[in-house]
Amino acid sequence: MEQVIQHSNPQSWYLVLSTILFSIGVMGVLFRRNAIIILMCIELMLNSVNILLVSFSAYAGNSEGQVFVFFIMVVAAAEVAVGLALLVSIFRNTASTDINVLSKLKW
Amino acid sequence: MNTLIFTSLLGFFCMVAEILNLRKLIGPVLVLGLALIFGLNQQDWNMNQTFYGMLQVDNFSVAFGSLAIFITLLVFILSSEYYADQEHHISDYMTILCFVLVGALMMFSFSNLTMLFLGIETLSIALYIMAGSKRFDKRSNEAGFKYFLMGAFASGFLLFGIALVFGSTGSFDIQKIAEYPILNSQNISPLYYTGIVLIIFAMLFKVSAAPFHFWAPDVYEGAPVLITAYMSTLVKVAAFAAFYKLVSAVFVYSTPHFEFVLNIAAILTLAVGNLMALSQTNFKRLLAYSGISHAGYLMLIILSSKSQPVAALLYYLLGYSVSTIAAFAVAMPVFKAANSENIDAFNGLGTKKPVLAAALSIAMLGLAGIPPFMGFFGKYFIFTEALQNGFFITTIVAIVGSMIGIYYYFKVILAMYGQPANEVKVETTFNYNLVLWVCLAISLALGLYPAPIVNLF
Repeated sequence: MEQVIQHSNPQSWYLVLSTILFSIGVMGVLFRRNAIIILMCIELMLNSVNILLVSFSAYAGNSEGQVFVFFIMVVAAAEVAVGLALLVSIFRNTASTDINVLSKLKW
Repeated sequence: MNTLIFTSLLGFFCMVAEILNLRKLIGPVLVLGLALIFGLNQQDWNMNQTFYGMLQVDNFSVAFGSLAIFITLLVFILSSEYYADQEHHISDYMTILCFVLVGALMMFSFSNLTMLFLGIETLSIALYIMAGSKRFDKRSNEAGFKYFLMGAFASGFLLFGIALVFGSTGSFDIQKIAEYPILNSQNISPLYYTGIVLIIFAMLFKVSAAPFHFWAPDVYEGAPVLITAYMSTLVKVAAFAAFYKLVSAVFVYSTPHFEFVLNIAAILTLAVGNLMALSQTNFKRLLAYSGISHAGYLMLIILSSKSQPVAALLYYLLGYSVSTIAAFAVAMPVFKAANSENIDAFNGLGTKKPVLAAALSIAMLGLAGIPPFMGFFGKYFIFTEALQNGFFITTIVAIVGSMIGIYYYFKVILAMYGQPANEVKVETTFNYNLVLWVCLAISLALGLYPAPIVNLF
């Protein structure tokens, strides 16, 4: 029983949306100094990819992309768990979440 | 596939051993188990199996898998000595190191971009933890967090690239992605090109090639020295094998423009790696920049992937890995005794421990590419491949770079023989010596007689 899905918006809108979100994430990682905000920006980058994959998948009628999104979610959760754990150990040693305290390693 | 399953089981064994209070068993079981897995891996030679379109076990993955297992085996032998005073943490460390190998094995045998992504993440997430595993050391914290931020950032680019490639080709399968530009040569979607460029950026990040190399020196310097040894060898092997597989299976057919991008990256990497290494005083940082310059030489193989230089890639990576591990096997006891990781910790080692000093000299000569060691013939094969494919300027830059390289590798040798001895007493143990001499024997034997590797493919 094939169900025809009517898409009200053209696919490129989703492409533009996810590109904008991805760029916001990239800018956040590059320019913000607070480690927690940087972590959130990385999440934003990964989630913009999820939007893109789901929209491609829906418009092409191909479910592979939606399965891939689950993998991204799992990996993002694992990544954030490790990132926050590292951040906690930094906070215990330096009492700060500003990444400017991370300047011990220079040539 | 069996290799992958049994390596994961080995990781689970380490976790269970902690619960059952069998920590003493972990070291011997891991070494024995990995040796068995190494043998099991050889069974897949010439089998060419695919698993649900996700993994493809062919001679490429068997050869590089064997190399990765061998490196891990050497690192496990070193680690039972390195972690001798932290026995209550040994199971955590060993579990994570096992899963690094699992990630690497996935990166050798992927035939679907999902598996490439999962392999890279399994490898990287485990290494973020290990780089920051000296919890009370601020430098280790910093290394772990920097590696995490850079790695996650690069993963974002990899994923965005994969999503765009999926959008244009409608598949994650590398075979179908490779067919797309051939079938649609008239109207290739711009999304496809953008996606491939983003994937290439992410892979350049992972192999620490310029202009995406800046994380490597900091992470290598701050991480515990055993983990630096593991990262500088296994990660380089895994990342380059995956990069080569991706380029040779997918991108070769698409367009010549990518050659230009990769060519610029190779020249930059060679220049940055060799020039920045000149002024280093920290040994781990020196080896990090040396690793970047070796990434530059390996980029020449990626460039000439049209002529399928798998044997040259394997040979070079093996030569680089054994020399680097041998260097770290000498450096670990010296750093521990001197409580410093600078090159001057080696001062006067030539008079105190002549055998150890000679071994480190051989490792350094191997990295510098002096005959009769593997480094020389590795470079020779790479340069011939590159010249046959017409990359004259890049090859000249690489040859000049390897001349500069001799200078900074000799800095270490000069410190050992030319400087007055410090009063630190260096003691090595059986495990360090075993790894050291195995590595040097391979470097010399395959240097004099490279046929077994060169004729593999």
